[in-house]
Order: sequence, then structure tokens, then C-alpha cells
Amino acid sequence: MVDRETTAGRALPDIGLKWQVRTTPVRAVARFAQRNPLGAMGGLIVLALLVMALLAPVIAPYEPRQIIREAHNRVPVYVPPGSTYLLGTDHVGRDILSRIIHGARISLYVGVGAVLIGVTGWFVVGMASAYAGGAVDLVVQRIVDVMMAVPGLIIVLAIMAVLGSSLNNVIIAIVIGMLAPVVRTVRSQVLSMKEMEYIVAARAIGASAARIIGRHIMPNCLAIYLILATYYVGFAIILEASLSFLGVGVPPDVPSWGGMLTAAAQGHITRAPWAGIFPGLAIFLAVLGFNLLGDALRDVLEPRLRGARATARLLSR
Amino acid sequence: MGTYAMHRALLFIPTLLLATIMVFALFWLVPGDPALTILGGGEGDSGTVSPAQLQQLRQRLGLDRPVYVQYASWLGSVLHGDLGTSLWYKTPVWAQLKDRFLVTMELAVMAILLAFCAAVPLGITSAVKQDTGLDYCSRVFCVIGVALPTFWLGILTVYALAAFFQWLPPLGYATLWEDPLLNLQQLIFPALTLAFADLAFVARVTRSAMLEVMREDYLRTARAKGVREMTVIGRHALKNALLPVVTVSGYQFGRLLGGVIIVESIFVVPGMGTLLIDSIVHRDFIVIQAVVLLIAAVVLTLNLVIDLLYGVLDPRIRYQ
Repeated sequence: MVDRETTAGRALPDIGLKWQVRTTPVRAVARFAQRNPLGAMGGLIVLALLVMALLAPVIAPYEPRQIIREAHNRVPVYVPPGSTYLLGTDHVGRDILSRIIHGARISLYVGVGAVLIGVTGWFVVGMASAYAGGAVDLVVQRIVDVMMAVPGLIIVLAIMAVLGSSLNNVIIAIVIGMLAPVVRTVRSQVLSMKEMEYIVAARAIGASAARIIGRHIMPNCLAIYLILATYYVGFAIILEASLSFLGVGVPPDVPSWGGMLTAAAQGHITRAPWAGIFPGLAIFLAVLGFNLLGDALRDVLEPRLRGARATARLLSR
Repeated sequence: MGTYAMHRALLFIPTLLLATIMVFALFWLVPGDPALTILGGGEGDSGTVSPAQLQQLRQRLGLDRPVYVQYASWLGSVLHGDLGTSLWYKTPVWAQLKDRFLVTMELAVMAILLAFCAAVPLGITSAVKQDTGLDYCSRVFCVIGVALPTFWLGILTVYALAAFFQWLPPLGYATLWEDPLLNLQQLIFPALTLAFADLAFVARVTRSAMLEVMREDYLRTARAKGVREMTVIGRHALKNALLPVVTVSGYQFGRLLGGVIIVESIFVVPGMGTLLIDSIVHRDFIVIQAVVLLIAAVVLTLNLVIDLLYGVLDPRIRYQ
């Protein structure tokens, strides 16, 4: 019971303040959704994508790689959307819906894989470059300058030409494509953090560089890491789709959303618009989902970053 | 201004040099023997290539010399305007690249002009009418524009044009000097597709720059002394807000060149993009090197020019 008596012996009026003692996760999510409807929408899209990828074999009506044989060995080439094939079939007679559902696996595998390796790795490089300063910083910055000068897609294309097309090579190429924007964003954040009083104080009492980075800088970078990671999943998804669309990404039988659009671009679009519309819609929604979630995370966790969106997005296509 | 320009220009040279090293190194990332890769054999089927053929190619490419000698001789010929001989077409790369380079540049310039013409007014309106329905609409539009894949937009544009207007990309290509009308016909839709992708981004930068400037004291002063609102926005605010927009435009141009590659292949434009994709399919590393180097050089030069321009526009920069 809160003591409402003051020293003067008068009771304070009840001003109706309700103290939230404990925030359950459910309530926290609900509050987030209320304040950030767009972010919640992004979260929902991402969640739907995850479910789709995890349960792909269960929910997909057909085998994604298999050419369907109907009665009398007929192959259903470019059947329009209907009750048998919800989103129609493609140019060799495969079910588009099943390929889109399985395509979520490819997109997420590339997106999450590239982010785990790329954002994490370049994060450390950016941090080290900012903290070390001097010659290290100068060299890293020049490399970043050069890589900023070549569009991300062209870097990734050139690396794919060297490595040859395969799913894991796509990830390697995208990771290299992420170098410049991630290092740049992290470096500028750590540089401003380095001048903060608490870092200066830590240095003054003789903390080692490792301790300052591990105990003071890294925890403060966590929010930035989460925000960047979310944005860059979208970045990686769109790059993978572009590569596969151009025919240098994953092998053609792998159900990649970008690869599904290749035939549509070769003049088939007028014959079968559904084959060009639905896979593109999937890419668009997935990227939109991650971008909206990233925007919301940024607003909640690190409102100071608002202007930095420009940098984070610089190479995002 | 002199020192600032000098400093900035001096930084440009090592950066460009580093670009050549990185482009050259790309060739050395090829796993295994580059000569073998070029002759079409993977590691598995070296049997189809005779050792004599391999040796000949190695000698022709200079692969038998130490790396730094190779780099120096390559850099030397690049500086003399010789970008090498295409491995696939067997013709000098520059002869192939020359016309295509101009096409790509024309397309990119058209797109960036279109994007800026639409995006800057959109960003300004959005900032001036902050938190109104109009601002909200344009922000949603920007979020959607950033997530929209360029190639999907291109495919949909081709579809819409073919289905509703019976328009197909003209097969022949005429340069701007030969037939301006046909040239425009060929490039206007790819340029619009590209512009749309960048419109969202530029509008966003303009909006946030405008919002920042509009909180400044000198705007309040201008209003207080009775300057018309149009003049306050147009003269006092816009002049300062456009600086960051100009800065991003350099990288924006580079980003746009990435999109050009995709749009060219959808609209069948004979530019550098279609050449690059062809070369990747044929693993023609000499052409890939040349294209990447050319793009890097263009963007780096453009950034230098913009930085110098920035120094002229904003005196504060010079004294930092």
C-alpha cells in the first residue's frame, strides 16, 4: 500500500496514475503495433514469410521443380490461374504457387545467410576501423570509397562471373556487395560514440581497448546491428532476385522468385501475365516487410538514426 | 578554396588507383587456372584443352609473368586507352564499348533528370505540408518505391504498354544524332522505369533536408520580417536544403547505373548492361574488367566534381 499521507497530514488527491508493474511480451507487442501500425504490418509480412518457408512442403500443392503431367500425359503450359492451379502455371508446366512458396526458402536462406555473415563481419571491420583510426582507418576508408563508386549490383555481378552460379556463391557475392554501406554506417556511429563522456571516462580509468569495445561500445551498437540486419535482409533478397533474373544467380531449376521472372521478361508477359506478376509481387512484399520492420525498429530503438537511413539505403537496389 | 580543391583532387588519384588494383585483382580471384577457365574447361574436363593451347593463351595474356608486372603492363595499356581484346568477340574492347557507353550514359542522365524533376517538388511539398494527408501519401509512396524491384517494374511496364497500347520496344536502335525521335522512343520508357526507382529515394532525402532547414532561426526571421511564404520556401529554405540532395546525387547516379543494367536487358537497349550480362555468360573477363573500371571511373570523377561544386556552393566546407 502506497503511503499517501504527507508530513502536513493531508491526503493527496488520487490523480489516477496506473503503474504498469510488469510488461508481458504480448502486451509489449500490442503496444508496439498500436504506435507503429506500418511496422506491425512489416512484422506480419516477415512472420508470414517465415511460416511459408518453414512449412513449404506441407502447404505447397505441387512439387516446385516438377513438370506437372495431367491425364494423357498433357503438360499444362501457361494455364491461367484457376481452381486447379491457384496462380496458374509457368512456361514449362510447373505450378507457380508452389514455386513461390518454396521460393520463400531460397530468399530467406540467402537473406539471412548474407546478413549473418556480411552485416556481422563488416560490423566488426567498421568498428575496428573507427576505433583504431590512423593508417588502418585510412586504408579501410579508401577501399570503402572505391566500392561505393561501383553500384552494388555490378560488384555482385562481377563476383558471380568469377565464382560461377550457385546458391552459396550468391551469398558470398552479396556479402562482398554489403561491405561499403555497412562499414560506412557503423564507422560513423562508432566515431561519434567514441567521443562520448562514458568512453572517455572508461579510458581515463585505464580500461583496455578490448574492454572498452567489449563492455561499452558493443552493447551500445546492438540496436544499430539489429536495424541494419533487418534492412539488409531486404537488400539481399532483392539482389538475389536480380541475379537470378539475369540468369547468373541460382541454377534455373531452383525455385527463386527472380529466376521465375526471366521467362516473363523474354516477351512471354503478354501471353501469361500471371507468370510475371505473382513472383514479382512476392519479392516486393518480402522487401517491403523487412523495410517497414527496419523503419519501425529504428524509430523505437535508435531515433537518432533517422537521417542515416539515407546511407543505409544507398546501395539497396 | 585552393587548398580544399587540391586536397580533394589529391585524394582522388589514390582512390582511382586503388580502383584499378581491385578491378585487376578480380581477375585473380578466379579459382584455378584462368587460362583453363577461359578456354571453357572446368577443373573436371581439362582433357578437352590441349597443353599447347593453354600455354599459348597464358603467353598471350601474359599470365606467365609475375603479378606486379602484369598489373603494371595492364595499367599502362589502360592509360593509353587500350582496354584489351575481348576473349569472346576477339575484337578490341573499346571499339565495342564506345557506342554502348554513350547509350548507357544517355539513359542514366535522362533517368536522373526525370527523377530529380519529380522528386524535388514532391519532397518539398511533403516537408512543407508535414503530417497532412498529402505528406502521408507521399511517404507511403516513397516506402513502396524503395521496395519495388526495378526489374519487376520494367516487366510490368512492358506488359502494360503491350497490352493496352500495342507498343513494343522498337527493334532497331538509332543514336540521338541520327534520329532523335526514334532514339527518344526507344529510351523514354526505360528511363521512366529507372527514374521511378530513384524518385522515391531522392524525394525522401529532399523531405528530410527540407524539414531540418525549416527549423532554422533564419527562416523564422525571414517570416517575421514579412517575406512572402513562397520566397521563404523557394529562396531561403530550398537553397540550403538542396545541398545534401546534390551530394547524394553522385552516388545516386552510380546506383542508377546498376539499375540500368537490368532495365537495358528488359527493354533490349544496346548499352553497357547488355554487354556486361553477355560477357558474364561467356566469362569474358577482359570486358567485365573494362566495364567495371569504366563505371568506377565515371562515378569517382562525378563525385570529385560534386565535392568541388559543393565547396563553391557552401563556403563552410572549404574551411573544415
